[in-house]
Amino acid sequence: MAEFKKADSMLEWFDQRLGVVKFAKVMMTEYWIPKNINFLWAMGVLLTVMFAILLISGIFLLMYYKPDINMAFDSVNYTIMQEVGYGWLFRHIHAVGASVIFLIIYIHMFTGIYYGSYKRGREMIWISGMILFMLFSAEGFSGYMLPWGQMSYWAAYVITEIFGGIPLIGGDLVVWIRGNFYVADSTLTRFFMLHVLLIPLAIIGAIVLHFYALRFPHVNNEEGEFFDFDAEAEKYQEGKHKESKVIPFWPVFLSKDIFVLGVFLVFFFYLVFFHYGFAMDPVNFDKADNLKTPAHIYPEWYFLWSYEVLRGWFFEIAGVSGKSLGLMAFGFANAIFLVLPWLDRSPMVKPANQRPYFKYWFWLLIADLMVLTLFGKLPPTGANAWVGFGASSAFLILFIALPFITAAEAKKVKGQ
Amino acid sequence: MKEFKILAVLVVLVGVLYYGIEPYAHSVMHPEVAPANFNFDDLKNVDTSIKGNGANGKVLVEANCIACHAIEKVGHLQLMPNADAAAAYGVTPPDLSHAGRIYDKNFLANFIFDPVSALHLEHKYPVGGAKTFPMPAYNWMSQQDIMDIVVYLQSIAPKVLDDKVGHAITFKAACGRCHSMKYGTLEATTPADALKTYMGVTPPDLSQHIKSRGEHYLHSFINNPQVLIKGTAMPRVGLTEKAQEEVIAYMEEIGDSKKEERETVGLWVMGYMVVFALLAYLWKRQIWKKVH
Ligand code: HEC
Ligand code: HEC
Ligand code: HEM
Repeated sequence: MAEFKKADSMLEWFDQRLGVVKFAKVMMTEYWIPKNINFLWAMGVLLTVMFAILLISGIFLLMYYKPDINMAFDSVNYTIMQEVGYGWLFRHIHAVGASVIFLIIYIHMFTGIYYGSYKRGREMIWISGMILFMLFSAEGFSGYMLPWGQMSYWAAYVITEIFGGIPLIGGDLVVWIRGNFYVADSTLTRFFMLHVLLIPLAIIGAIVLHFYALRFPHVNNEEGEFFDFDAEAEKYQEGKHKESKVIPFWPVFLSKDIFVLGVFLVFFFYLVFFHYGFAMDPVNFDKADNLKTPAHIYPEWYFLWSYEVLRGWFFEIAGVSGKSLGLMAFGFANAIFLVLPWLDRSPMVKPANQRPYFKYWFWLLIADLMVLTLFGKLPPTGANAWVGFGASSAFLILFIALPFITAAEAKKVKGQ
Repeated sequence: MKEFKILAVLVVLVGVLYYGIEPYAHSVMHPEVAPANFNFDDLKNVDTSIKGNGANGKVLVEANCIACHAIEKVGHLQLMPNADAAAAYGVTPPDLSHAGRIYDKNFLANFIFDPVSALHLEHKYPVGGAKTFPMPAYNWMSQQDIMDIVVYLQSIAPKVLDDKVGHAITFKAACGRCHSMKYGTLEATTPADALKTYMGVTPPDLSQHIKSRGEHYLHSFINNPQVLIKGTAMPRVGLTEKAQEEVIAYMEEIGDSKKEERETVGLWVMGYMVVFALLAYLWKRQIWKKVH
C-alpha cells in the first residue's frame, strides 16, 4: 500500500484517497469548450437539469402511486393531488417537465443538425443522443399510461396496436407487449416497471455514454471551425484568456448555462403552476373505461409528427394496404435520424445557412415536421387526410433526397 | 444581437406549434355551442307574471307532491328509504327544501306543468310512447295554482352561505339523486344499479369533471346538456345562474382543492427564479468580461 501522510485539510484527505483535485480538473476546470458558441449550446445542461428534476419529482410520486388498475387513478388524482402535502406540486413538475424536456430535446437535436455537429468525428455523440431520444420516448409513453385515465388507456391501446401490423409476428407481439389480449392490469404493471426502473437506468447509462462521446471530438462551435484544442488550452492557461478560442467548462461555460437555465426555469415554473393543460390533458382526468372510446384519440404532442407519418397513408397502393404503408413509413421515420451522419455526404461542417443546398433541406424539414405535428392532432378527415399524406410523403422524400443533395453540395463546394 | 435573433426564431416556431396543437386543435374538436340561457324562455306554458299565493301553494304541495318528495325543511320526511323510493319511481325523488332557491322561476313553473319538455327529454319520453316519466304533469292545474306552488317553494327555501358547505347543499339538491362525488364522500341517493336501469347509462362520478370538462364546458352543459351531447339521458336541470355557479364552485372545491395553494406558491417560486436568473446574469457578465 502506498504511503499516506497525514492530511492537512479535508480536501487533501479526499484527494489522497479519491484524486478529487485531478478529477475536478479533468471534468471541470480543464475540460475545454469553444468560446464561439451561443445559448443553443446550453440545451445539454438544461436537459441534464431537467432529467434530475424529473428523477427527484418521480421519486416523490413513487411513494404514493399504486400500479393497479383499480387504484392507480385515485392514487394519482386524489391521494397525490389532494391529500399528500405538496403532492400536486410534484405531479405538476413531473408531468410538465416530461413534456417540456421534449421541447428542449428537439431544440438540442435540431441545433446539432443545423450546425452539422453529427459528423466528421461526432458520429458517436449523435448516435448516443438518438439512443437518448428513443429512451426518452419510451419513458414518456410508459409514464403517460400510469395515471390510468382515458387518454392513458386509449393512447396505449392505439400505439401498442400499431405493432400488430408487423407481418407474421404482429399479433403475438402485441399480446407479448401487453401481457394480455387487451390493455389490462398486466400492461399497467409492466409499464410501471419500465418507467421507474429499466428505462431510467438505461437513460443514465446513455447520458454517461453521451458525455463520454463528447470528450474526444469536442463540442462544435458556431462556425464549425476545427482547431487545435491543446494549443488553445495552453494559451488559456498562460493567461491569454481573450485570445484563446476555448473556455473551461467551469466556471466560464457553466456561468452562461446557469443564466440560460434561470431564464428557462422562470418559463418552466410558469407552465407548472399556471398553464399545465397542454401537458396534463383534460381527457385524462376521466378514469380509463375500455367500453367508452373517446371522440378524439391523440398522443402527447411530441409524438404527433411520427403519428401523422403513420396516419398519412390511408389508402391502398399497388395492393399494399394503407395500414401497412403507414407502418413502414412510421418505422422509417423513427429509424432514419439515427443514420443521419451517413446520409449527409458533404464534409462541410458549417451552420446550415452557410451551406448552399443543405440550408433548403434543413428549413424544409422543419416546415414539414411542423405541418406533421399540427395535423397530427386534428381529426384526419377530408382535406386534413390529404395534407397528412402530402406531409408524410414529403418527409420520406426529404430523407431519400438528402444523400443526393449533399453529394451535389460537396461537388459544388469543391469546385469553388 | 445574434442570440436575440435565434431566440426570436425559436419563439415564433414554438408559438405556432403551440397555437396549432392547443387552442386551434381544441376549437376544431370542440366547436362553440349556443350560449347558456338562464331565462329558459323556450318554456312558455305558464305565465310567470301571475302573482302567486303561498298559503294556497302550501295546500297544493301537501296534497300533490309530498307523496313522492321529502321537504325536510318544513318537516315532511321521506316516506321510504332511498332504495325503495328508487324502486318505486326509477330514481329517488329529490328533497324539495331548496327547490325554490335553486331552480329558475320560469323553469320551475313550466316543469310542474310538463316535466318532460322542461327537462328536454322528449326523445326519451315521446308522447304516447311506452315509457312515461315518473312525475306526473300538472297541466290540469290552473296557471294560478302552479304559480302558488312556485311562490310557496320559494318562501320556504333556506338561504345558504356562499362557502363550501353551502355549495355542497346546492350540489346535493340539484345533482345528488344521480351523481356521486367520491372525493367529497358524497354518494348519489339513488343506488347505482337502479340508476343504470332508469337512465340507460350510469351517471359518472363528478369528482374530477372540473378538470376533465373544465368550467367553460360545464357552464354550457349543466344549463342545457342537449347542446353538447345530443340525445343524452341527462335532463336539463333548470338551475338559476347563481345556483349553477355554486354547483361548479363545489366541483372545483372538491376536484381541484389545491388551486389556491398552487397559485400562491406559483408566484413565490417564479419570483425566486427571476431573482436567480438576474444574479446568474450578473455573475455570467463578470466571468465573461475576462474572456471577451
Ligand atoms: C309520482 C311521484 C312524484 C310526484 C307526485 C311529484 N314528483 Fe316531482 N319528481 C319525481 C321524480 C321521480 C323526480 C326525479 C325525476 C328525474 O330525475 O328523472 C322528480 C323531480 C322533481 C323536481 C326536480 C326537477 C329538476 O329540474 O331536477 C322538482 C322541482 C319536482 N319534482 C317538483 C315536484 C312538485 C312541485 C310536485 C308537486 C306538484 C311534484 N314534484 C310531484 C316524482 C314526483
Ligand atoms: C336525473 C339524473 C341526473 C341529474 C339530476 C343530473 N345528471 Fe348529470 N348526468 C346524468 C347522466 C345519465 C349522465 C350521462 C350522460 C351521457 O353520457 O350521455 C350525466 C352526465 C353528466 C356530466 C358529464 C357530461 C359529459 O361530458 O360526459 C356532467 C358534467 C354532469 N352530468 C353534471 C351534472 C350536474 C352538475 C348536475 C346537477 C346540476 C347533474 N349532472 C344532474 C344524469 C343526471
Ligand atoms: C436528456 C438527453 C440529453 C442530454 C442530457 C444531453 C446532454 C448534452 C450535453 C451536456 C452536451 C454538451 C453541451 C451542448 O452542446 O449542449 C450535448 C451535446 C450534444 N448532444 Fe446531447 N443530450 C441529450 C440528448 C441528445 C439528443 C436526443 C441528441 C440528438 C440525437 C443529442 C445530440 C447531441 C449533439 C450532436 C451534441 C454535440 C453538440 C455540439 O457539438 O455542438 N443529444 N448533449
